[in-house]
Amino acid sequence: MQRTGVAAGSLLAGASLLEFLEACGTTTTTNTSGKLTGNLEIFSWWTAGGEADGLNEMFKIYAQKYADVKIKNAAVAGGAGTNAKAVLATRMQGGKPPDSFQVHAGQELISTWVKASKMEPITNIWKDAGWDSVIPKDLKDIVSSNGDVWSVPVNVHRGNAIWASTKVMSLAGLTESPATYSDFIKLLDKAKSLGISAPLALGSKGNWQIAMLFENGVLASGGPDYYKTLFSGKGSFTDSKVKEALTTMKTLFDYVNNDHPTLDWDGAAQRVTAGTSLATIMGDWAKGYFTSLNLSPGKDFIGAPSPGTKGNYVIVCDTFGLPKGAPDRDNAVAWIKVAGSQEGQAAFNPKKGSIPARTDVAKSLFDPVAQSFMDDFKAAKLVPSSAHGSATPEAFATGLNDEMGQFVQKRDVNTTANNLQKLADQFLK
Amino acid sequence: MRERPLGRSRFSQRLDRLTPLLMITPSVILIAIFVYVFIGYTGYVSLTKWYGVVPDYTWAGLSQYEQLFQLERFQADISNTIRFTFLFLIASIGIGFAAAVLLDQKLRGTIFFQNVFLFPLAISFVVTGTIWRWLFNPNQGLNLLFGALHLDFLKSGWLIDTRTALYSLVIAATWQMSGFCMAMFLAGLRSVPDDLREAARVDGATEFRVYQFVILPLLRPIILSAIIILGHISLKIFDLVFVMTFGGPGYSTDMPGLYMFIATFRQNLYARGAAIATVLLLMVAVLIVPYLIWNLREEPER
Repeated sequence: MQRTGVAAGSLLAGASLLEFLEACGTTTTTNTSGKLTGNLEIFSWWTAGGEADGLNEMFKIYAQKYADVKIKNAAVAGGAGTNAKAVLATRMQGGKPPDSFQVHAGQELISTWVKASKMEPITNIWKDAGWDSVIPKDLKDIVSSNGDVWSVPVNVHRGNAIWASTKVMSLAGLTESPATYSDFIKLLDKAKSLGISAPLALGSKGNWQIAMLFENGVLASGGPDYYKTLFSGKGSFTDSKVKEALTTMKTLFDYVNNDHPTLDWDGAAQRVTAGTSLATIMGDWAKGYFTSLNLSPGKDFIGAPSPGTKGNYVIVCDTFGLPKGAPDRDNAVAWIKVAGSQEGQAAFNPKKGSIPARTDVAKSLFDPVAQSFMDDFKAAKLVPSSAHGSATPEAFATGLNDEMGQFVQKRDVNTTANNLQKLADQFLK
Repeated sequence: MRERPLGRSRFSQRLDRLTPLLMITPSVILIAIFVYVFIGYTGYVSLTKWYGVVPDYTWAGLSQYEQLFQLERFQADISNTIRFTFLFLIASIGIGFAAAVLLDQKLRGTIFFQNVFLFPLAISFVVTGTIWRWLFNPNQGLNLLFGALHLDFLKSGWLIDTRTALYSLVIAATWQMSGFCMAMFLAGLRSVPDDLREAARVDGATEFRVYQFVILPLLRPIILSAIIILGHISLKIFDLVFVMTFGGPGYSTDMPGLYMFIATFRQNLYARGAAIATVLLLMVAVLIVPYLIWNLREEPER
């Protein structure tokens, strides 16, 4: 309890109220004085562009409801969250958690923080808010363990998506992205014959982008149940379906730009906008890149599920959880409620370029690609992404990245499959 | 009456002896805790099973090290770091020495060029890395320049090719640090007395021989200092790699410093990260300890 005192020295009333609530062990936020005061520190790696705008929209809603709470935005920039995660780990180990922090649904939450018993369950908040009826069960399962829910999903990004330039597509005489890899490779051949030397754009700095190609490939070759079994460590990475996916990737590498090790995903997207490549396979944050250049979906570029994965949704989902010993626990609980609310998600997601985790947010707020993804999301089978730490623990996900970096250089299917199995034996069992 | 001044002087004598000790104690204590205790702690963690964000001090003996040396990535790290250090030292010291000799000819504009060569040192490796990453972009930068000059044989994949990426890194690091070597050598050259050079010349030595037998031996301490300073920078290198390649393509530019960060903070393999740190410490020690011993032996002679 010392921590509450440190955080809000002048607000002794608030601190003692927190003590009272913790003593009761309830998750009620109805405040006897009716008002929340003190601070709210929100930790994330949303520092720029649409992400930061979206976060600010949620802050605005929070500020309207709880005008007396001072919001502290503790965002850490850089490295797609790597830097932020390092800072967070240090703070949590040092016993100075923020009030709430951004964490990917799945293993990043469960095997890192819940297993270390650094989190407080939000099962009661979830129940009281009635989120069961608006958030898909597949998604709830990913943020749950041992019968408790540990965080609230605010958005859903799609990992299995392909982004193509309509201009180059029309040169090849197509308006829709091919549904299978064999058709897609035919299209790439055609583009090549039209003088586009590297029709598939890839940026692989850090290698996680190749890991996404891999998980999309496995999903296409084995389907969602196979995918889940494989990434939970119960399947085998030396299986023929995995090798099929690797072989497809190997073929795809013949069509990628050779400077991919120095580019990130946005560099690959830039090749598509410039028309030097036909398409790139990337999560739907790529859409935010296109729209920031005033390109409109449907007209200037096409967004569709990646080949062979229609009807499936690779989930990259940001959530907010409640760390044990949050200095302003009441305020954090209120934040979690805002993050899970229809209003909060409607404000956040259009800016962020993702779709809401709730299925009851008005579609009219979103662009055509997001609208079609929202329809897919309701009907699709949901699988967590490994590349983004949801399906597998970080130790495996990063090892997978390394292995993919080797694979793109050496292109040896059997060695890669064997190495992945070794990695799975070590970290997925 | 005689007692008091004596007492005072005895006290002040004691104070004289104590003062330096008192002055130095706080920093000794702080260094003991924040350097040596943590080195010990890191060594201890490397012998445990700590995996995950909560400390786990279950004893694991040397198994982390066994695993580490079997990892393809770490094997690549060791080979990369040794090759990088070797090439970087030779290039920086070679270029630095050559530049210093040229600038020592007391021609006009010496001061100007001296500063031009030294300025890169004022930049951080992050900035150097970012700029050189642009220059090494296969479709822009250097390749564009070579193309325009019809020097197409000089074009290269630079950072995108596993065979050249490490050398590209060496070029960037050398660009930054050779000016520093130059400054050290220039100071050394200027401290070589002119009469020694003259004497050699009078004895009929060619200019080359003068450098070989008179000047270079006198510069030995400087060469050694340069090796130590650049060597430990090079072994610990992190920022340049982080910015330029993030260890890629493949493992071709991965370094122990980068892998230590990733293993610890991204994979949560704290014990493995500590083991890498310990190996890194030993590598730097191999470089520095002989220097310290040499230094301690030389000191009384001065």
